[in-house]
Amino acid sequence: MTWAASLLLSPLMLSIIARTKAFFAGRRGPPMLQPYRDLAKLLGKGAVYSRTTTWIFRAGPLVGLAAVLCAAALVPMGRIPAALSFPGDLVVFAYLLALARFAAVLAALDTGSAFEGMGASRETFFSALAEPALLFALAALCRLAGDWSLTGVLGNISGEDWLTHGPAILMAAGALFIVLLAENSRIPVDDPDTHLELTMIHEVMVLDHGGPDLAFILYGAALKLWTFAALLASLFTPPEGTALWVQAAGFLGCMAAASIAVGVVESVMARLRLSRVPMLLAGACALSMLALAGTLR
Amino acid sequence: MIESHALADAVMALLLITNLLLLGFGYLNACVRAVALQGLVVGLLPLIMGGGSPLWRVAALTAVGMGIKGVVFPRMLSKLLRDVEVRREVEPFVGHGLSIALGVGAMGFSLWVSSKLGPLVAARNAWMISAGLATLLVGLFLIVSRRKAVSQVLGYIVLENGVYTFGLATVGHVPLLVELGVLMDAFVAVFIMSIAAYHISREFNHMDVDLLDKLRD
Amino acid sequence: MMALFLASLGVMLLGGLGALLASERPKLANILGAGGAFIGAVLGLPAAVFAALGGPPASIQLDWALPGACFDLALDPLSGFFLIPTLFVSALAAVYGTGYLESYRHSKRLGWMWLCFDLLMLSMALVMSARNGVLFLAAWEGMALSSFFLVCSDHEAENVRQAGWVYLVASHLGTACILALFTLLAGASGSFDFSAWPSVLHIRALPPALFFLLALLGFGTKAGFWPLHVWLPEAHPEAPSHVSAVMSGVMIKAGVYGLVRMLALWGAPPAWWGWLLLCVGLASGILGVLFALAQHDLKKLLAYHSVENIGIIAIGLGLGLVGLSHGSMLLAVLGFGGGLLHVLNHALFKSLLFLGAGAVLHATGTRDLDELGGLMKRMPWTGAAFMVGAAAISGLPPFNGFVSEFLLYCGGFADAAAGPGLPTLAAGMAAIGGLGLIGGLAAACFAKASGIVFLGEPRSPHATHGHEAPWSMTLPMVVLALSCIAIGLFPGPVVRSMAAVVSCASGLPLGEVLIPMEHAGVSLNMLAAAAWALVAGVVLLAGLRSWLLSGRLVDAGPTWDCGYAHPTPRMQYSASSFAQPFTELFSGVLFTRLRLDGPKGYFPAGGRLATSTGEVLRDTFFDPVFSWTGRQLGRMRFIQVGRVQVYVLYLVLTLLALLIWLTGGKP
Repeated sequence: MTWAASLLLSPLMLSIIARTKAFFAGRRGPPMLQPYRDLAKLLGKGAVYSRTTTWIFRAGPLVGLAAVLCAAALVPMGRIPAALSFPGDLVVFAYLLALARFAAVLAALDTGSAFEGMGASRETFFSALAEPALLFALAALCRLAGDWSLTGVLGNISGEDWLTHGPAILMAAGALFIVLLAENSRIPVDDPDTHLELTMIHEVMVLDHGGPDLAFILYGAALKLWTFAALLASLFTPPEGTALWVQAAGFLGCMAAASIAVGVVESVMARLRLSRVPMLLAGACALSMLALAGTLR
Repeated sequence: MIESHALADAVMALLLITNLLLLGFGYLNACVRAVALQGLVVGLLPLIMGGGSPLWRVAALTAVGMGIKGVVFPRMLSKLLRDVEVRREVEPFVGHGLSIALGVGAMGFSLWVSSKLGPLVAARNAWMISAGLATLLVGLFLIVSRRKAVSQVLGYIVLENGVYTFGLATVGHVPLLVELGVLMDAFVAVFIMSIAAYHISREFNHMDVDLLDKLRD
Repeated sequence: MMALFLASLGVMLLGGLGALLASERPKLANILGAGGAFIGAVLGLPAAVFAALGGPPASIQLDWALPGACFDLALDPLSGFFLIPTLFVSALAAVYGTGYLESYRHSKRLGWMWLCFDLLMLSMALVMSARNGVLFLAAWEGMALSSFFLVCSDHEAENVRQAGWVYLVASHLGTACILALFTLLAGASGSFDFSAWPSVLHIRALPPALFFLLALLGFGTKAGFWPLHVWLPEAHPEAPSHVSAVMSGVMIKAGVYGLVRMLALWGAPPAWWGWLLLCVGLASGILGVLFALAQHDLKKLLAYHSVENIGIIAIGLGLGLVGLSHGSMLLAVLGFGGGLLHVLNHALFKSLLFLGAGAVLHATGTRDLDELGGLMKRMPWTGAAFMVGAAAISGLPPFNGFVSEFLLYCGGFADAAAGPGLPTLAAGMAAIGGLGLIGGLAAACFAKASGIVFLGEPRSPHATHGHEAPWSMTLPMVVLALSCIAIGLFPGPVVRSMAAVVSCASGLPLGEVLIPMEHAGVSLNMLAAAAWALVAGVVLLAGLRSWLLSGRLVDAGPTWDCGYAHPTPRMQYSASSFAQPFTELFSGVLFTRLRLDGPKGYFPAGGRLATSTGEVLRDTFFDPVFSWTGRQLGRMRFIQVGRVQVYVLYLVLTLLALLIWLTGGKP
């Protein structure tokens, strides 16, 4: 059920973010269902493939989306368990996303273009630095919850944990938020709106894709954003014992809040200089290590 | 089985005399003949020593030893000398007089050593031990102090004779396999060394091993 | 079973000798040498697998004339497990070699090269199964020498000779440490047999630390731990590619085997051993992958990745030791299990990658990444296999690299969740953080390597003329790629069958090993389910897309690239460009040098830029130390006069001195 929700509702996050940014800019913003319309439009188109590319380029979006779909199946909605859950699925989650990224990078290099190579290089750079932060934050939460599957960890952070280890959980949440911004190519790491030289990371890697491939990529990006936000939102869900619909509603509300937060960050900050981004990611890593230390007491 | 102190002493004396001859001779042909004589003498030793082996075995060993050391080796070396057409003098680093003095000194030293080893061997064999050791030392001395490659082969043969004598003295009788192995080893070594000396001489037009130091690093 | 194993050893020896004797006819030498290796492997693998699965141990003991020596072989689970990649990879490399060495097909050197290859295989098999110190050392030395001769196959080139020299020196320094270790142990116990050696923790006379450090230095040099790895990036690139595959995939594991065997003999270690190994592993892993990122020679890049993966193995072993010393069974079993499985996995994908690099070198004549490109179209099979290897080494699901890293992560996370206390937690966290960083950097590096070599447009005429390798070269690569995929898709059975090996390596009884293995088995089955789901997902999406695109216009055109009208191949991202963010961030470690000859003037003609990264440790530490030692020893040159007589005189004087000393002392 969680999986189905993620599949259906993830593009909505993109529209919430767009609406928030429009609010800050004094505009009305696109309609809420716009991402669905975009996807439908793209799915209806044909495709043009570059002569330079090989089967890797054609396989890239497929592998990327398949990996993100499997990763989304591992993520719970607060205390509602995920479709698939087993001890150690944290690692599988992280590495499935790494696989998606690898496929995208190879597809970008396949086009033989300088822009896309640049995007590929930076994408691998930032995600290599973000990986430890994610893992440490999850390890800190593991220690608190006493379990080591995503469902177990995120579902078992109870009220007392908040009382005794509140700061640690907040620091882990902060680290997770920064990782979310980095992995999903949001400001201050990347600007998702433009496709030009200014934003040579994620958007530029997908320049040559079109039609259904681009639809897969966009949808995969939305799903990836959902999964990261779900990690965050699950920390703030209503406590155990409440009814299922309260849980679901609380979770969805937290997801909306997370989207709004991303939109706010995107509106008030500018993109960081690329050489400063490692500092930001190192800061995230430090936050998660502090969170881990905080759970030791 | 030929029990005779006199014969044994005569053989030892011959051995020592051939050593001194080798140290003193100035011509390579003469040295080769001295080594032939030494080979014959040393080949006789199993017959004199006796020990527990049957007669036919001892006789065979004697014949083979005398044949190889006394006849084959000297023949090979003479042929080498003829082919290579080298100047026939010995040309040592250490003068003949001093060599002989050192040879006598070696004999004295080996007497001292064998006296130290006294409790290990029977009194009769003490002579043989010191003779063997002396021959060994003379052989080494020949290698060290002679210039020509043929001299070094001669020195090696004398060394082998010394080792053989020493071994015979300490062990008492010779196990067949060991003796044949030692013989084979010496044969191969001399064979190879002759070929090497031939090639050295052909390549460099001389057999002066001393001049080979140009090849060092 | 032992009979099979001995038969395989015999076949290898005969094949090698046959190849040497057939030097006059290179084709026959090829067949004999490769055939000996292949048949030997086929004979030996069943024995190895049987032993690794925990079958009754087989052993044989023959007398040997050397003092203290005994021809004592035994196949227990640990030996059998290490023999599996040895035989499998060597056999495939031999098949590959028949195609790769085509340029030597008229040379008489081929017989000698096959002899060395078969002897290398033989000595590795002996090392893995020896139970006597002297036999082990003899086989170890044989391994070093035969691989040295193989590295110097193209000895006409100066850099090959230099690489061989570095390799020989490093190898012998390591062997010296092992020799010292064995001698001390034999001295303490009176025999060179492994079974007679006590645990070093019980030897009163010398501290156990000494033994552990000697083992670490000696075996670590062969394995390639940092900082003893400096020979690896020199020797592995210069060797012929099938030899590089065997050296990188299997021979360095002999070092790991030696260390694990010693640790298994000595029993429960003090905690700091595990910590040291963990730190060495982290350093090797992180520094190895960083240096790999900065390289643009394909084989040197792969060599540095071997250092990194040995680091991962050391992390696993270190975790296992820490778990043993603190009594955390889960950490111990998962640490050892992950580390040992990574031995097998690395052998598979590293040899695959080296064989692929060899195919590229064979086809284009260059190893420089900045001159390659677009080879996927020209070498489809090689390219596909290389991609599989690249994904596997980056630790991505559903391939085998992920399975071993997953086990290590599980150890860390399980300990975080439910572990006993701080020390194991710290170890687990260090491992998790290190593995995360290493994994990300490795993925970056292999995206670079595989992308720049195979994708895009060719960057030079070398690459434009690339052609697919013959089947004798592509078939082994495909087999290795399939085995990587197989372990990735069926992790559960593979890991469960390692229970005996883990029990042997860690010293824990089999029953205690099986409990954590069962827990891990549940996760692994789910992991397999996820992997299969991934594959199914890709297939379904492909089907969806082709259904969507059917009947629609699917066109081909030049790369759009946001409207750039005239791209040229030279404008593509190059290897140094791809790695530039990394080399800049980590410049304090890498010291990448930049030579810039920029465009000048108002109408600039052209410019040049070149980056190079040396081996920092070698430049700052090893080279100065060895040069100083050389200079000091050079003072003793005067002994070497060049005259035979003088040398014999040295001998005589020594003998006389000994004679006087020994006899003079007695009454």
